[in-house]
Amino acid sequence: MEISTVQYKRCYLIKPKGRLDSAAAPQFADALNKIMDEGHYRLVIDMSELEFMSSAGLRVLISAQKNCKRYNRGEVYLAALPKNILAALELAGFTELFEIYEDVLTAVGNF
Amino acid sequence: MPTTVFPGSYDSLQKIAALVRKIAAETGFDDCEIYKIETSIDEACSNIIEHAYGGENRGEIEFTYQIEPDRLTIILRDNGQVFNPTKVAKPNTKAPLSKRAAHGLGLFIMQKWMDEVEFTIQDNMNQVKLVKYLAK
Repeated sequence: MEISTVQYKRCYLIKPKGRLDSAAAPQFADALNKIMDEGHYRLVIDMSELEFMSSAGLRVLISAQKNCKRYNRGEVYLAALPKNILAALELAGFTELFEIYEDVLTAVGNF
Repeated sequence: MPTTVFPGSYDSLQKIAALVRKIAAETGFDDCEIYKIETSIDEACSNIIEHAYGGENRGEIEFTYQIEPDRLTIILRDNGQVFNPTKVAKPNTKAPLSKRAAHGLGLFIMQKWMDEVEFTIQDNMNQVKLVKYLAK
């Protein structure tokens, strides 16, 4: 899977592309962990080019959210979700745990 | 019923997904339902690799399907450890962040998004049969 990251003044924007399944989840987790390990905990995940996400991807998201919210040091925002992936988040009850934005700019601007 | 054998590795998931999308479209499901079937089968295969085989490249996944006018049936078989779905705790989808468990979501998704999910042992192999009906 291809993952691009952009550092903004107040947050990091991470954009995974393609399939986020058990094969790709470790790579996605590594990308997020690298940013968090450097002390950045305000993250926006641009999901607009994500074609598929399984529970392996959901597990990475929940782990990152727990890490970022610890000590009130930050948060993970989700942006531009394809409707199928939003349906999976709703089923898993994740829409209560993340701020979800229709577009990336609004999400970035809200930090 | 057509059968395809895939190596029990995460690289197989994308190939299995392509086959699932093809046969789900042939059955007549719309994009939203195809996505749900694709996810459910991905979860079932990931469980086989992770839990039945305890890792990648330790066995195969036998994939069999049947298209009928009102439904798609997919049967997955493996030679790994017996899976007991009753031992998997149902995830609490209302719990606050700090209490969310990371596991158990895969089985939950399969059971919510397919109409039938049945685990049995057939011919000394673990079998999970997943059925989705076309909306009338």
